[in-house]
Amino acid sequence: MNALNSIPISYYLMFCSILFCIGVIGVLIKRNALVILMSIELMINSINLLLAAFSAYSNDPAGQIFVFFIMVVAAAEVAIGLAIIVLIYKTTHSIDIDVLNKLKW
Amino acid sequence: MFSNYIFYFLSALALYSSVMVLLSKKPIHSVLYLTLTFFAIGGHYILLNAQFLAIVHIIVYAGAIMVLFLFTVMLLNLNKEERSPKPIWVKAAAILAGIMLGLVLIGVFRGYDLRLIQHPMESQIGLVKELGKILYRDYMLPFEVSSILFLTAMVGAVLLGKKEQI
Repeated sequence: MNALNSIPISYYLMFCSILFCIGVIGVLIKRNALVILMSIELMINSINLLLAAFSAYSNDPAGQIFVFFIMVVAAAEVAIGLAIIVLIYKTTHSIDIDVLNKLKW
Repeated sequence: MFSNYIFYFLSALALYSSVMVLLSKKPIHSVLYLTLTFFAIGGHYILLNAQFLAIVHIIVYAGAIMVLFLFTVMLLNLNKEERSPKPIWVKAAAILAGIMLGLVLIGVFRGYDLRLIQHPMESQIGLVKELGKILYRDYMLPFEVSSILFLTAMVGAVLLGKKEQI
């Protein structure tokens, strides 16, 4: 069961581009800060998969190491982001991002 | 080929569940669909013969991050629908912008000559043995620095979650 011989890399490019765009649309249309964080996770995942695919196709292990480090940073980012969301909920009793417009002007 | 069908199935599953993340009204449904997306992407890693990444992906995303999201949804009692959705023209403009970004990306990638990348017959670089050698030989310093990053993130999360003001 090896995809490398039968699937061209451009399929992975198409799939990951579409997944990335779904993440972008999610960031743009949602108001819930939690769902926006999930959309950012989607974008990070599509980038990770594409990096791993290029690494596997060009037979270079460094790309998969980079994917590992990106996962490390994403885990730290989610921990901090959710802590910030909990803090926002404690102070404003809402995680609607339109409430958070104090820094806008 | 058999792996082609698995690729199509996993891609369709990932795309469907990621669209459903956005279409779900309740945040808890979004979290569950996101878990499904992560499992589909883990299947993609296995299909690419990257076992180490598949295991790490399942443990980190479907294990740790999903538990964090679920705990946040349950602690904050967010299981209700959005009260004031954005106006319809904002949503239409956002979806149009996203689709145009996708068209631009696909157009760029179609013009790129991808035959530069040769197809290896049997790739063994994704196995734990190979990646472990590279990780502990060439990328030792970034590996140690990432542990400091985790320590900093942990301290920051605890500090943010404290009840009294600093």
